[in-house]
Amino acid sequence: MHIETSPINDSSLPAWRRLALATVLGWAIWTLMTGSLGWQELLAGLLVAALVSFLAAPQLALLDGLIVRWSLPWHALRYLAVFLAALLRSNLDMARRVLSPALPIRPEIVRVPTRMRSDFGRLLLANSITLTPGTLTVDLEDDMLEVHWIDVGEESDREQRTQAIARYFEDYLLEFVE
Amino acid sequence: MTWIADVLLLIGAAFLFLGALGLWRMPDVYTRLQAGTKAVTLGSVAMLIGVGIERPDWWPKLLLITLFILLTSPLGSSTVARAARVIGQRPWRAGDAKETP
Amino acid sequence: MRVLQIAALVLLGASLVLLLLRLWAGPSRADRLVAADAFSVLAIPGLAWLALYLEQGIYLDVALVYGALAFVGVVTVARVLEGGHRDLDR
Repeated sequence: MHIETSPINDSSLPAWRRLALATVLGWAIWTLMTGSLGWQELLAGLLVAALVSFLAAPQLALLDGLIVRWSLPWHALRYLAVFLAALLRSNLDMARRVLSPALPIRPEIVRVPTRMRSDFGRLLLANSITLTPGTLTVDLEDDMLEVHWIDVGEESDREQRTQAIARYFEDYLLEFVE
Repeated sequence: MTWIADVLLLIGAAFLFLGALGLWRMPDVYTRLQAGTKAVTLGSVAMLIGVGIERPDWWPKLLLITLFILLTSPLGSSTVARAARVIGQRPWRAGDAKETP
Repeated sequence: MRVLQIAALVLLGASLVLLLLRLWAGPSRADRLVAADAFSVLAIPGLAWLALYLEQGIYLDVALVYGALAFVGVVTVARVLEGGHRDLDR
């Protein structure tokens, strides 16, 4: 399956990896900001991104969670699509609740375990849960998420449905973050 | 093409309004956040896409703003929710009276 | 189709009024912060609308910087609210 077992997936990550990732990311943001592909802008952007990344590297531990391989952009884009679809569904659901006079809600705070191991993965998962139908991440402690659920529904199979809150996104997220 | 853009602007604004309405109607801070965040995020994204269709030359910056909203809007809401939890706000349960201002 | 753009602006304005009502009514500080948070996000598409209407791309930069500052502001106020209840360094 994963033939590309470079040192990237080891627990002891080299310092240059974070630097390179931050530089690429900063460079992409720079290019979007200038909106130009002229070589002077690109060169200036690369230099600035590298300098900023170098200075900020100790604070950028967040980036260590990314699993770097060639399929990363594909997995990230697929996650984005899944995420936007969920956002749309959650809005239709919320519009129905807000507009109905009876306000059909039955909220509860539940605890949901997560399989994400890195801070970055947990951040993305928490954000995804916040924007999906009926759930809002309240707190995050180690591998436990506290989730406010607007409609817990009936008692039966609640445990399973609670697990499903996180699992749906984790399946997509685990492809490119730890 | 520009009418598609304008319709998207209107749809986005409608979602923003639904979010604000939810923020006003819901009974406690967590449910308000729920209604607010989702609608405001999608409404903003829809409006930004609308602007992008009308002015394709702006798309790089609009893409950046969209990604920024998708990352920070839910994060801000979670932070507020956590603050509410830490200062001891009880979540509203079915049957409670609506908090009156 | 200027009329659709104006209609969008009216809805945006109505949302801001509702948020101001929530900001004013509270009842708790957390509720007010919720309204302020939504307000700060709403300003971003508002500025994008303005950029389109005035045909001035510079407002998009304003929106980006405003969004970044407002986000930091909301997180800071939330942390201040937590203040005495939990250590800030975790």
